Amino acid sequence: MIEFLQQLVNGLAQGSIYALIALGYTMVYGVLRFINFAHGDVYMLGAFTGLYAAPRLLQAFGGGPSLSGAITVLVVAMFICAIIGILIERLCYRPLRERPRLTVLITAIGVSLFIENAGQYAFGAEPKSFPEIISDRAIEIPESLGALSTLTITIGQLIVIGVTLLLLIGLRATVLHTRLGMAMRALSFNPLAASLMGVNADVVISFTFALGSALAGAAGILTSIQQPSIDPLMGVNAGLKAFVAAVLGGIGNIPGAALGGVLIGLLEALVVGYINPTYRDAIVFAVLILILLLKPSGLLGKAEGEKV
Amino acid sequence: MSSPLLQLEAVTMQFGGLRCISDFSFSVDDGQLVGLIGPNGAGKTTVFNLITGVYRPTAGKIAFASKSVIGHRPYRITARGIARTFQNIRLFNSLSVFDNVRAACNMHLRHGISHALLRGTGFDREEREIDSHIVELLEIFGLTAERDSSCRALPYGDQRRLEIVRALATRPKLLLLDEPAAGMNPTEKVELMKLIRFTQEKFGLAVLLVEHDMKVVMGICQRIAVLDYGKKIAEGTADEIQHDPKVIAAYLGKQTHA
Amino acid sequence: MTGRPKVLLLVTLVACAVLSSFADEINPYYYDVIIGIGINIILAASLNLINGYTGQFSLGHAGFMAVGAYSSAWLSLTFGYSFGLGTFATTTTYFLTLVAGGLMAALVGLAVGIPSLRLRGDYLAIVTLGFNEIIKGIIQNAEPLGAQRGLGGMVQHTNFFWTFAFAALTVYVVLSLVHSTYGSGFLAVRDDEIAAEAMGINTTKYKVLAFVVGAFFAGVAGGLYAHFKQFIHPEGFNFLRSFDIVVMVILGGMGSTVGVCLAAVLLTILPEWLRVVDDYPWLPEWLRPITENRMILYSLLLIILMLTRPQGLFGAENFRRKAA
Repeated sequence: MIEFLQQLVNGLAQGSIYALIALGYTMVYGVLRFINFAHGDVYMLGAFTGLYAAPRLLQAFGGGPSLSGAITVLVVAMFICAIIGILIERLCYRPLRERPRLTVLITAIGVSLFIENAGQYAFGAEPKSFPEIISDRAIEIPESLGALSTLTITIGQLIVIGVTLLLLIGLRATVLHTRLGMAMRALSFNPLAASLMGVNADVVISFTFALGSALAGAAGILTSIQQPSIDPLMGVNAGLKAFVAAVLGGIGNIPGAALGGVLIGLLEALVVGYINPTYRDAIVFAVLILILLLKPSGLLGKAEGEKV
Repeated sequence: MSSPLLQLEAVTMQFGGLRCISDFSFSVDDGQLVGLIGPNGAGKTTVFNLITGVYRPTAGKIAFASKSVIGHRPYRITARGIARTFQNIRLFNSLSVFDNVRAACNMHLRHGISHALLRGTGFDREEREIDSHIVELLEIFGLTAERDSSCRALPYGDQRRLEIVRALATRPKLLLLDEPAAGMNPTEKVELMKLIRFTQEKFGLAVLLVEHDMKVVMGICQRIAVLDYGKKIAEGTADEIQHDPKVIAAYLGKQTHA
Repeated sequence: MTGRPKVLLLVTLVACAVLSSFADEINPYYYDVIIGIGINIILAASLNLINGYTGQFSLGHAGFMAVGAYSSAWLSLTFGYSFGLGTFATTTTYFLTLVAGGLMAALVGLAVGIPSLRLRGDYLAIVTLGFNEIIKGIIQNAEPLGAQRGLGGMVQHTNFFWTFAFAALTVYVVLSLVHSTYGSGFLAVRDDEIAAEAMGINTTKYKVLAFVVGAFFAGVAGGLYAHFKQFIHPEGFNFLRSFDIVVMVILGGMGSTVGVCLAAVLLTILPEWLRVVDDYPWLPEWLRPITENRMILYSLLLIILMLTRPQGLFGAENFRRKAA
């Protein structure tokens, strides 16, 4: 039982990361019906932004790890990733908006590979050590809670889950209560009607990319707090899993992405804990193939048919 | 009286909460030219999709030549002898006019993959037969000059004609035409009417025509059924339909008493 | 056109046999590249059947190659001398292992083709990628296949003749299939599945057939590769390898066999050329990333290609238009 709870905690923390990345996939799919293969790499760029910016930023807050320092690093990384997301869309995807989906899919793969390989060249392929922006240690659970005290819950995990929750609330507020958020939803339901109602598709799409990329950047920082070893290819695996999470939840569906992320995180943790760590990746792939074959619209999504 | 070629009995089509077609019964006899009309959204194309196997009806029976077509894949239904055109033209865009028709000859091939690979005399003979069949068809419909052009290069009216030629290449007994006059000007429509009549006579087909334009339908159909909100509200000759108050109301909308 | 393709094939096969006898005269490095070109032609032409002619976006072609490579390698390591030690016996055995590898790959192609029946575009691409990874994963955990250590010790049976004979055969099969009324089914499926079904074409049959035939030749290419390099490793058949082949198909122009063969030649030579250029002492620093890591160049090339000329070198214009 304790083992199960432990895996639950681990899964929740990891799932939060996947949820944040999955949101980017799902939002872009929602407005463009397109899978942004390069999204996982923005997550990596977020981590590397933190790597290079943290030492300088932390100086302003006294030199060592601190709460305000960590928040600053997070915000800076999110901001830079938002810019990167906007740039990628502007340069590589926007010119292809009228083209067959295959073309832009291939371009996205190209962008992803370019970022990964240029990253390997620029940053060096070996893993780097992410600086400590906030002190991470296991929290002391009082003995009085009995068996529960044997659980290992770290501050890092709590921060990840907490910040993710905050970001999700912020996202929900943005999507439901701001004009841009409403425009995003309108665009995903019916692009033509939305533009006829005065929605500027270009602006909204840029905004969507910015939002998704910022969340991925946040995920990059949050993950580095728990696992300080980062490398230019870290976005590949995480990106793929987050994509599966988005599909599981129903691609195009925002709550679905969050749900999917958590579920995949939990599934992974359970597989590692109860089955065999080496099957972790294979099981996630199997999940993807199963969903696509059984219920392609995912848990919360709606099936879209083709008009004959 | 021999049994009808196509028979729909109490067909209902429901998509989730939306009932698209309700209790629709209808038939087409051999060699008849029948029309199916109704305001936008009445469910006319849905009926086509049901007949050709794109959708499976929620309830009811659909039989062609006395055998049910429900549950069969569209290509199987085409093999039985039903061919169709589409409301929004669906030609094979990367292929030439000639090859568009050739694709429709695929189903009648006597020889299979081994012949395509080994290319013996049997293969050559059959390819030549198919070629001359296509040439004949294109000739009849006046598309010979453009045979090697990309089908997208054709003017709209010719594209619609090509779709009909392509459907005919499958050697159907029943031809379903989905709004063939859409987007045409009055002159073209008259040409189309003549073409449909001609096609029907020359190939001895039954034709089921879905159309929006009353003049086209009234001009050539022997019998017409009218759909409104998925229900059949009238059936009869052009004359009967034209004077049916229910039909008039459906097209003009329910009016407050004039 | 009577018999002409067959005559051409025969002539090509004879030419391959003749040229093969001069193989010893060639510089071993060039020979290496030439065999590589032949293998890539088989891979590109077979993928083109799936992606280019049938419009199914498959990103996992290296997976089929892996199945063929490992099947034929294992068979020749286990049964290589079953028919005797003489040249004729071992060559026949080798040929049989190649075919067996192809058939195994074709079986896997069948398994991958079936999901393709229900998935379109982006989703199909991801699933084929997934299958590639799964195949790699299975090999990595299979002890008899060498697992993570790789599999080696194969005799170098592959030579100019075998490579280019199969290349010629692949091109012949793909072209004969596609340029026939039978093959118009593939193109119809690519252009409009719904219309294809309405015209009596069994779209399931064609999609699965494309995968099976494409996979078969990829498997043969794998067998040729295994018996040339004499050592194979699961990482050699990962997504990047699949991506290499996809770039060839896109550069050549999907749906143009001539185009993809040319692209295969170009893209086999390119990395070699980059290696040479990288050694030049006078190479400006800013070009180093490109020459040292060819993936940077490849991906940039791909992006630029998609932005400016998505139909590749020889592809049909219609790939520029918006999908219907």
